[in-house]
Parts: sequence; structure tokens; C-alpha cells
Amino acid sequence: MDKIWLIIQREYLTRVRKKSFLIMSLLGPLLLAGSMVGIALLSGSSEADVVAVRDESSQQILQRLTSTDDIRFVAATGRNLKEATEAFKKAKPKQDALLYFPASFTLDDSKGIQLLANGNVNLKRQSKIKKAVDKAVGELKLSRSGLNQATIDNLKANIELDAVDLTQVGGRKNNVGATTGAAYVLSILVYMFIFIYGVQVMRGVGEEKSSRIMEVMISSVKPFQLMMGKILGIAAVVLTQFALWMALSWGLTTLAAPLLMKSEAKSPPAAAVSGVQQAAEYSKAPAADAPAGNAAVAPTPAAASNPWAFLNGLPVGTIIGGFLFFFLGGYLLYSALFASIGAAVDDQTDSQQFMFPITIPLILSYIMSINVIINGDPNGPLAFWLSMIPLTSPIAMVMRLPFGVPMWQLLLSGSLLVLGFIGTTWVAARIYRVGILMYGKKVTYGELSKWMFYKG
Amino acid sequence: MAAQPILQAIDVHKAYAAHVALNGVSLDIPEGSIFGLLGPNGAGKTSLIRIITQITGADSGEIRFRGERLNPSHIAQIGYLPEERGLYKKMKVGEQLLYLARLRGMSRADATDRIKSWLTRFDIKPWAEKNVEDLSKGMQQKVQFIATVLHEPSLIILDEPFSGFDPINANLIKDEILALRDRGATIIFSTHRMESVEEMCDSIALINRSRKVLDGPVRTIKDQFKTQTYEVEGKGRLMVMHPDFEVLEHKERENGHFYDVIKLHAGTTPNDLLRYLIGNVEVHAFQELIPSINDIFIRRVRETMPESLLEAEPVTA
Repeated sequence: MDKIWLIIQREYLTRVRKKSFLIMSLLGPLLLAGSMVGIALLSGSSEADVVAVRDESSQQILQRLTSTDDIRFVAATGRNLKEATEAFKKAKPKQDALLYFPASFTLDDSKGIQLLANGNVNLKRQSKIKKAVDKAVGELKLSRSGLNQATIDNLKANIELDAVDLTQVGGRKNNVGATTGAAYVLSILVYMFIFIYGVQVMRGVGEEKSSRIMEVMISSVKPFQLMMGKILGIAAVVLTQFALWMALSWGLTTLAAPLLMKSEAKSPPAAAVSGVQQAAEYSKAPAADAPAGNAAVAPTPAAASNPWAFLNGLPVGTIIGGFLFFFLGGYLLYSALFASIGAAVDDQTDSQQFMFPITIPLILSYIMSINVIINGDPNGPLAFWLSMIPLTSPIAMVMRLPFGVPMWQLLLSGSLLVLGFIGTTWVAARIYRVGILMYGKKVTYGELSKWMFYKG
Repeated sequence: MAAQPILQAIDVHKAYAAHVALNGVSLDIPEGSIFGLLGPNGAGKTSLIRIITQITGADSGEIRFRGERLNPSHIAQIGYLPEERGLYKKMKVGEQLLYLARLRGMSRADATDRIKSWLTRFDIKPWAEKNVEDLSKGMQQKVQFIATVLHEPSLIILDEPFSGFDPINANLIKDEILALRDRGATIIFSTHRMESVEEMCDSIALINRSRKVLDGPVRTIKDQFKTQTYEVEGKGRLMVMHPDFEVLEHKERENGHFYDVIKLHAGTTPNDLLRYLIGNVEVHAFQELIPSINDIFIRRVRETMPESLLEAEPVTA
């Protein structure tokens, strides 16, 4: 045990003392904060879509198309479609699309409506326009059937949904924006850290092998001690880096909050920039289309002065605990595999072919987790199974944490991860043990599988 | 009875997937000696060393360190300089030595003191704060040697010790090795270049194709392989035919000088030959031809060849 401790110390200190570590620690939060502010600014400055409407029918549909913050309908100029098209192309300020209702259009025959634009109209814009047209046609039909305008206005439901999470004690009001944002950030962090530091483990082992110090080391310590010492030492580096990032981000956002508040005052909608992270949630999460009136997200004056206010209502304790556990578990599982690759190959360039099967589940779980978030189904079967399989659970489970995960699933997934970690470490240690002293041999998968059964 | 050997190998077997590396090797390594583990490449020397240094385990058989079965507590008493040597390139010399010494069980304070004295002795003290990669090859070798002996092991194993050392450093290391032996350490040399260590070794073992073919004190082995052959130089005419000896080689030189290699027949002593020579020619030089370890090895391998061919063990490079 003493020796593992010495190895951990060396691995930790040599890395933490490097300039690159310092630079990463300082630059990381800056980059993170910077990119989030950038995204916030980009999405904050997006103006409402302008749609020109050329209506040749007799339905007066333009008056029924209601403009919102998102989309604005204006009458197209010109006497026919051709002129309208020309005018649309030359329009200043720029218009985003031209909506055309042919003369044949009636309330009962809604065929022939065209949406013209320079290039493709993106799906989101199409669906916004379609919704507006649907609504307008619906209202026209209602008024044709004899209802007066007051009645029609009265019929509008104006529903607001409050999703309540029953897994939380007392039923917690769901905050879709913050939850989704947290899910994104957490899964990206886990993915990134496992990858970066897993590769560091691999390169560390490769360095020991290529500098030929391995045999000296192995005559002093057991291969398993050397491998675990390196993995744990680097884990300590990760945690240090992580703590530094958190502290620095906290400092930065606390400092930046007053500045951001000033710009808020100038540029409504205010909610979009109330905090760096929160802004990012808005830009990324389609679910965050929710109106700014959503009480949990819209910053009260008190919340705006605290950039971490968005965390209110999230199960922060579970998230931090779960994040640390699943991140560490995933890191240990993957880095053991990375270590065995580093031990197996002579040359770093040969490592590519063996990294492939390791990166596949990592990338896959990341992509599928993003998918789960986008589809808004963090408790569905895909999410469930991804968060149970040890190779994918570190990312998938961390993604699910902000949405609230039943305790039994956390425990089951956690135990499976521990088992998976023990399993991969066992396999990796056996490959490692043989690989570190094997030089000049072209390694194949068949060879690797044989190594697992070599005697001590 | 002789003192207990520091290390005993008893019927050690080790096989890898494709070949047998050690086939029933038994050795006694006397304490306080320089022991040569000799044999061609792939004979099994490194396999044996890796078992002694506990890098791998034997399939069967036993290694005893001072009579005790080898176990991890002995690591601190063994120093190992592998053939494939290296250091952490981006680590400072002083830190690196401290790290390696502590992994071998030394306390920080002891290690620091000894590092200082070794660096001073090797004249590289100003380099303690330099990264290993900034050192010249020769200096790296010195650091590597220090790392091997820093924890004052009682058994030092040097695998191909002089390969890669320049002549000046090789001499320096040679002197240090002798000094260590004089202070009571036991040294195992492993090499396929037998002439390089022959002069330094007290005892040797020859290994060929996973088997020990010969072992014992160098003196005894050489006596055993003596062929009763003498070199004679002198002046005059020497009888080429004689019932007591046979002239294997005869060279005439200018002014009636000659050089002969003479093999005695059984029952004849060197003194008989000398007496005959004195009576007949003017003797300038008379010396026994002692076979080199290399010659002995080649003879021994030839003798054992049929057996190994019979078993058809694969030769490993």
C-alpha cells in the first residue's frame, strides 16, 4: 500500500506541476464561460422571423395571422406572385420567407399554400409558420360558423403546464430549462474528462514502456500497483482540476454577474442572459422555448444578482454526489482499459486500432444521451438501459441526474458500475502485466486474449 | 561446510506459450562473490533473472534467498540493472533517485543522504536538479547505476552491465562493482559476452537452451577443462616425435627460434616436459594454455548438443 501511495504521489505531482496543467486550469473556465456567453449573445440577438404574406384568396388571412416575439407577418408588396417574389428578394430589412396563398385557397380547400425562401426554410421556422396558419384557419372556420370574435377569444385555452417531479420529496416543480442545461453540461464534462484523462493514462503507460523504465519499476512494485497508482494519481489530478474549475467559474460568474445585469437592463428578454449557464440552456435546449413567464426560470431581481440561482429547485446534492461517483467510476473503468492499450503497444501510433472499440461505447453513450435529452425522455427505456450498462452508465446516468432518478436505479446502476470496473480492471491488469515487458511484437486482438490467461 | 549461499535456485522451470525458457535450472550463488550467469542470447538468463527479481514467477521449483523462500520482503535487498534500461525522462535526477529508492523501501532521510554521497562520488552533483532528458548518455548511465545500488542491496543483479557504457564509464562501474563486492555485496553478472566478465567473476554458471550446462568456481572449471597443453618458446632444435608428448603446432622463427604448442600424454607431468626441454633446447618461455570460458562453453555445448537435438527444443532468439 505504501508503494501505491508513492506512485500516486509521483503521478500527481509531476502532472500538477506542469505548466500545461496550470494553463488548462485557468483557461478551462474562461473558455467555458466565454463560449457560453458567446452562445447567449448569439441566441439573444436573434430577431423575430419576418414572413411576407401574399394572399390571393378572398379569406383576408393576413389579419388572422398573429405576430409574436418570434415571428412577424407582413403584407407582401406587388400585384402578383412574381412581383411579390422580386420584392421579397430585394426587401430591406431582409425577410425570411414568403408565404403564398393561391386564389383557389378556401377554408375547405387548403391546398396550394407555398412557402418561398432563399434556400431551405429550417424545420423550426416551418413549424412556427404552420402553427400560425393552422390557428388562423381554425379561427376563420369558427367565425364562419357564426361565433363572434369575443366568443372565439374566450375559447382560447392558454394552457400552461407545470410538470411536477414525484421522485423528489414533496413533489418538486420541474424546471425544464435548468434541468436540461445541467444534463447537457454534466454529460459533456464526464465525456470530456474520461476521454482526456483516459488518454493521459494510456500515454503515461506508453511513456514508461518506451523509456524502458518499466523493468526497473516492476522489480520494485507489482504491475497492478503500478497501474492502479497511475490511474489513481491521475484521478486526483482530475479532481484537482475539477475543483479549480468550479472555484474559478464560481469566481468568474460572481464577478461577471453585475456586468451581465447591466446588459440585461438594456436588452430584453432579460431571462436569456441572467447567468452564463442559464443562457446556454436557453440556446441549446429546445424544451426551453417555454415562455419567459415560466416562474422558475425567470429571474426575480434577487435571483439575477446570484448567477447560480438556476440551481434552485435542482436536486443539487444528488447531482454532485452522483456526478462524482459516476464520473470516477467511469474514469476508473475506462482508464484501466486505456492503460492496457498503452501497455500492449510499442508505439503510440499503433494504439489507434485498439482505442477504437473503447471510444465507440463512450461516443455512443454521449450521442444517445444527447438524443434522450432532445427527445425529452430521460426516464424512458433507452435512457434506463443506457444508464444501467457499465460502459455507458457514467455518461447516461449523469445526464439523467438533474431530471431526478429513482434511488433503486441509482443503487443498481452504481453497483453494476462497480462490478464493471472490477471486471475491466481485472482484464486490463492481465493484459498490462504481460504487455509492459513485451517489446517488438506486433500485437493483435488474438494475442491480447491469450495474454489474459498467461500464468503469473 | 561452506557458508550458506545468498541465493539458491532449485529445479526452476519456466515455460512461455511458445517455448521453454528454463528447464530444471539449479544454482547456488555464494555470498560475497561475483557470479557470472553466462550463455548465448535466448538461453534463459533473463527469464531466470526476472524470476529472481520477482517480475515473473517460476512455473515450478523454488528460489531461496538466504535460505528463505523468495518473497516480496526481499525486494529491498536486491538491486537490479536490467538490460533494457531507462529512466523517467521528464523527472529531475534527484527526485527520480529518491523515488526509486523509496519504492525499494528506504526512508526519505536515508535516501537523500545517500543520493548526495553517490552524486558527489560520480561527480554529477550539479545535475541533481536537471531533468534526466537533459543529461548526456554517459551521465544517464551513472544515474541508472546509482539507482541500482542506492538502497545498498546485498544482492546486485546486472544484466549485460557494460553494453551501452562507454569505456571510461565501464571502468568506473567496474571499480565500483569490485568495491561493492569488497564491502560484502554479492553481484550477479548476466552476459552473453563471456570474455567481458571472465576476469571479474569468482564463480560462473553456463546456461544454454534453457538448461544449465556447467557451474562452479572459475578456477575449478578451468582446471577441469585443462587439456595438458603448453606453449613453449625457445632456441634450438626440438624433437617433433616423442613417446611422452605430442607437438600440436610448430613454428620456426628467425635465428633458430621456435614456438610450439605441446600436449602431454597421460602420465606425463609438465616437469617431465620441462626437464626434457632443458636438456635439449634453450627455453625462453613455458606456459600452460588455459582455455577461456568462451572455449569451455563452446566445448561444453558441443558435448551436450546431441541431447538437445534429440529433445528438439525450439531455439529462441
